[in-house]
Amino acid sequence: MTLKEKKTETKIKKTEPNKENSKHSKIENKKQDIIELKEIEEDSQKIKPYERIMVEVKKLNNYSYLVDKKDGMNVPLKIFASEKLMKKMQEDNCIQQGINVAHLPGIKGFSIMMPDAHQGYGFSIGGVAAFDHKCGCISPGGIGYDINCGVRLLVTNLTKDDVKDKIKPLLESLFKNIPPGVGEKSLFKLNEKELNEVLKIGPRWAINKGYGEEEDLENCESNGYLEDADPNKVSQKARGRGRSQLGTLGSGNHFLEVQFVGEIFDKKTAKTFGITKENQVVVLIHSGSRGLGHQVCSDYLRLMEDAEPELVASLIDKSLIYAPAESKLAKDYFSAMCAAANFAWTNRQLITYQTRISFKEIFGDKVKLDVVYDVAHNIAKLEEHTIEGRKEKVWVHRKGATRAFPPNHPEIPEKYKKTGQPIFIPGSMGTSSYVLVGTERAMLESFGSTAHGAGRMMSRHAAIEKWNGQQLKDELEKEKIYIRASSIKGLSEEAPLAYKDVDEVVKVSDDAGIGKLVAKLKPMGVVKG
Amino acid sequence: MVSAKLKLKEKQNKKLNEKKKETLNVKIKEKNKEFEFLDHTADVKFRAYGKIFEEALRNAARATIAVTTDITKIIPKKTKKIIVEANTKEALLYDFLGEIIYLVDTEGFLTCDVKQIAITSGTNTETYKFVLRAELIGDLATKYDVHTYIKSVTYNDMLIVEKKNKVMIQVVHDI
Repeated sequence: MTLKEKKTETKIKKTEPNKENSKHSKIENKKQDIIELKEIEEDSQKIKPYERIMVEVKKLNNYSYLVDKKDGMNVPLKIFASEKLMKKMQEDNCIQQGINVAHLPGIKGFSIMMPDAHQGYGFSIGGVAAFDHKCGCISPGGIGYDINCGVRLLVTNLTKDDVKDKIKPLLESLFKNIPPGVGEKSLFKLNEKELNEVLKIGPRWAINKGYGEEEDLENCESNGYLEDADPNKVSQKARGRGRSQLGTLGSGNHFLEVQFVGEIFDKKTAKTFGITKENQVVVLIHSGSRGLGHQVCSDYLRLMEDAEPELVASLIDKSLIYAPAESKLAKDYFSAMCAAANFAWTNRQLITYQTRISFKEIFGDKVKLDVVYDVAHNIAKLEEHTIEGRKEKVWVHRKGATRAFPPNHPEIPEKYKKTGQPIFIPGSMGTSSYVLVGTERAMLESFGSTAHGAGRMMSRHAAIEKWNGQQLKDELEKEKIYIRASSIKGLSEEAPLAYKDVDEVVKVSDDAGIGKLVAKLKPMGVVKG
Repeated sequence: MVSAKLKLKEKQNKKLNEKKKETLNVKIKEKNKEFEFLDHTADVKFRAYGKIFEEALRNAARATIAVTTDITKIIPKKTKKIIVEANTKEALLYDFLGEIIYLVDTEGFLTCDVKQIAITSGTNTETYKFVLRAELIGDLATKYDVHTYIKSVTYNDMLIVEKKNKVMIQVVHDI
């Protein structure tokens, strides 16, 4: 019975109050209701899946914890966290999710959780795991729906004083040039052939079209493209979702922020990154592969599920579904994931192009915006790591974790060979963001990875109930942080207090040595979807 | 004096009964609710209810769009027919809600109601166990404040509980 029918039924009852048996039937109905109510209450008490079990964690030092290998775990779980962050982690299910990952076949070393880890689906957000390249597996849930969600930093030749009086028109122009993408059409319309090219060669397509400079590509993780991409492995549905979204920001925690350098901790490294002085204005872009990537993940979860129904039934969490590393399905998924990653890099390239247009509109032709680097924090890659003294090829999954490769690593650009790769850790709206640098220690401790952000600690629903978007906007304006958003309601979901303390997260990364602090960036203006 | 006391007691009893009735009414109202949101740190988790699976699906669709925009404001102007095929009920639910999200992404279509949900199952369908046909009713997103964009349906914590006369669906969306 649909709800509409139900409504009309009650109406009829109301219009016939004099019928003799109506009173009787009302009582009967109520009795029935009470019985059903009791049943529902009993049910909802029974239905408590994933009940939070306090897991015993062993404190190793001020920045890391360990869960020993037991009950079918193939490896132990290592968690990078301070006492404060560990307390937060114990409030949701993320530690159990880290343990679940330790059960997967072919996992090497440790299942790892970053200081900003919180509950995800399958893997926790802030989870890192490496699987044997032959007898391991590839799991879409270990990468996330937003394939190659990532962060790009641009440095400008402007200072805070140049920008502060023009921040409002600047945000207005950025908002106009970079649509948030909800119900909006992209300014870059692609036909089938062009979309194939984007999926195959990534931002190279944009550069060929004149939407950027050659240097932009050099300053991208993997030079902005993964060569294993195969557009044919991306479904029509995913293409449909992606076609109208290239060059759009997306909603949720995606944003573009105009910031200034608040503090420099490591002058030499900062200089190499193009961060030359305090108060220098920079732009941080946080976006991903939009609907195309989400659909690729969804499509392959389904294909893997259909291929191995027995495997699904044996898993604690369906989202942990994987394909054996050498299977055709794993190869197909990886080719599609690479294509989605290329799409995401192109997306951030087009946002960069539009950002440059906006800055030129407001500050004239002399303004320069250079790409420092572009890092992916939802991705899987085949990498070489030293495990128990032996060099091995492994499928490293980073879900809400940033690659943190050290100086002289073959996969980082020439200009960063002496310093290590740049890492960007955005804070929540209105709080600081950080620039870090990759280390040798990260290679030993975390498969060359560190944190990716502040990490949520309060539900969106609770945030909406607690804060009013307009008030939040007003309060930030008092601190001279301006916001241009498509929805005021959406703002309250992203209230800074709904997130963990980013300062604490980067401190753990720095203390553990898996990503060393270089500079602190402070917000001036935010564009949000 | 005694009678006065008795009257007072009667009054109190009456009040108590009224209170009981009130709480019962609230509970019954709650029982008839279409959906409710539950706490989830990063994403959106909800339960949708219905007397039968189809009705719960309809309410899950409404909950999904309620994440995206204020669903009470959508004017039911346009209709869209969809077909979803899957091998399990969970997969059917996943794909059904996936379709609703897909339409927001590609056409900016916001669903506010679902009519004529028909699920056929059995051996006559060659490749899939379940085939769902439905008519979505809604409007184009351009006129509404779309505040949250859903990345995907997930299997995380997904539940379908079917009892005689009542069905509960629990879903977490990644946003």
